[in-house]
Amino acid sequence: MSSMPVAAARVVLVTGVSRFLGARVANALQAEPGIERVIGVDTVPPAESLGRTEFVRVDIRTPGIAKIIASAGVDTVVHLNLVTSSAAPRAKVKELNIIGTMQLLAACQRSPDMRKLVVRSSAAVYGSSPMDPAVFTERDEPAEPPRSGYAKDAVEVEGYVRGLMRRRSDLTVSVLRFANLLGPGVDSPFTRYLHLPVVPTVLGFDPRLQFVHEDDGVEVLRRMTVEAHPGCYNVAGDGVLLLSQALRRAGRPYLPVPSPSLSVLGDMGRRFAGLSGFSPELLRWLTYGRVIDTTALETELAWRPKYSSEAAFADFAAAQGLTHNRLTHLLGRA
Amino acid sequence: MLNARHADDDEDAQVIPLSPDRQDSAGDSPAGPGLLERGIASGLAFLRRRLAGDYEVDEFGFDPEFTSTVLLPPARALYEHWFRVELCGLENVPEDGALLVANHSGTIPLDALMLSVALHDHADRQIRLLGADLVYQIPMLGHLARKAGHTLACQADATRLLAKGELVGVFPEGFKGVGKPFSDRYKLQRFGRGGFIGTALRAGVPIVPCAIVGAEEIYPKIADLRPLARLLGLPYFPITPTFPLLGLAGLVPLPSKWVIQFGEPMTLDGYEADDADDPMTVFELTDHVRENIQHMLYEALLRRGPAFL
Repeated sequence: MSSMPVAAARVVLVTGVSRFLGARVANALQAEPGIERVIGVDTVPPAESLGRTEFVRVDIRTPGIAKIIASAGVDTVVHLNLVTSSAAPRAKVKELNIIGTMQLLAACQRSPDMRKLVVRSSAAVYGSSPMDPAVFTERDEPAEPPRSGYAKDAVEVEGYVRGLMRRRSDLTVSVLRFANLLGPGVDSPFTRYLHLPVVPTVLGFDPRLQFVHEDDGVEVLRRMTVEAHPGCYNVAGDGVLLLSQALRRAGRPYLPVPSPSLSVLGDMGRRFAGLSGFSPELLRWLTYGRVIDTTALETELAWRPKYSSEAAFADFAAAQGLTHNRLTHLLGRA
Repeated sequence: MLNARHADDDEDAQVIPLSPDRQDSAGDSPAGPGLLERGIASGLAFLRRRLAGDYEVDEFGFDPEFTSTVLLPPARALYEHWFRVELCGLENVPEDGALLVANHSGTIPLDALMLSVALHDHADRQIRLLGADLVYQIPMLGHLARKAGHTLACQADATRLLAKGELVGVFPEGFKGVGKPFSDRYKLQRFGRGGFIGTALRAGVPIVPCAIVGAEEIYPKIADLRPLARLLGLPYFPITPTFPLLGLAGLVPLPSKWVIQFGEPMTLDGYEADDADDPMTVFELTDHVRENIQHMLYEALLRRGPAFL
């Protein structure tokens, strides 16, 4: 049912290619024999060579992106530009996420060659609240929609994508709501949080967390690009991990503190220690957690993630040298 | 809905249970020096697993090991020695998915806790209760409730649990039931909006009626400080003969004698899943279940006799 006769991707444009996920996806796509050209765009040059991928330095917030799409005859756009980090100033991030997406989608709408759009969104669109159902499916509405940060950006990005789908019903559009990416190469607000000397947690709360391993994330994006799977899908590893459990497995010392003082701590860290602080959406996630249902994705792709949430965390922890602490070893010998 | 704040020292598991697994230690070889050693060894192994995060939780956050070794033992002491709970109709608890519907009372919902102990110890079932969203906003209580396998009262969660063949429990009276004045004891309140009937119809599972007698007397609520309740964001602020008169000692429940009775499963055979969308059918079924439980309550009250002996 899913493999409708859609023209296969031949000229693929990947946004956000200088960042970790973009580079890996471009890398995976250029190995596909059916794809003639992979064009990577970003505002900064990539840190490492992208191989066969042609890098074009362009800001997707400018009409320059439309010129590239038109002149190269791009038929597939993989939009990975959603910035989730809170290290950059919020106004700039919002502009990149929202205005960048609007320009990109405008260019897609105009181009007669366009066939397919794959958008990396985030499970943060479901928000995090005590009124949430235990597990979110793609059809569920958030109990409390996110009001700030990249989570709100992701909601708006999905809104613009739906607008494009209405106007260009001939496009195959896949929207992927990713749980937190984790793996040896991932640098995210959460991985930085885990590296704090003493990890503060929210007193009285132990959220259920889910992770998707970078390899699985790349594989999902690859399949979505080379095959046709229109729709909106949750992407996460199987199972859940409690925050306390994750911290114990990583052997990180942690200290529960009341939630208001946690955000004060975060602010002080940002101001004086050059840390990234805690964005409100990270704080809510660390309080109430969130679990998404991935049945739709697994049925559609007839595939299961190689890494469960637990395994993704274990792989990340092992790569970062985070292991059980001495006390546990001592007890292990007993 | 749990009240297990007295057992909240989970984080680093300071409690070292000497025999975390009751069944095993009871059935093993005769007592001797080996028993203590084994107890210490298994206690240390438990501590190690907890400290290393080496255990599993399901998607709802249910942590079976933590529940049976840390949360349930204090509740079990209360169950066996304080409330002397008597069970009847245990054979009516089915082995697969079912929706257990019970009355709710006691000012502090200890009935939920006692029901968990009863089903865990005597039916080998872990009941998955659907609690009010207030529970999940309160620090500690929310995550302990999740660790004990309970979740928020919403259609999606109930359906998901029933599809997994779990025994799901609801208290349709909600706060109206648990916070009703002592003078209204054993009078069932309105059964919400009948959402539980819709859940059972859609999931195609039987409803197991359950009457809990005894919880009404543990904290007889003789008055309610409404302004204070509003200030604290609570549904009520109870005044009992001992609370707040005796301070913290007033939080000790009165030692009433309890009876928990499970009724015959009510299969909704004549109905289709579509009937969940017919309000009249839902109202009729709700009333039917309610009357059934009210009837069981009177029966169980007679069976128990005097409240405290």
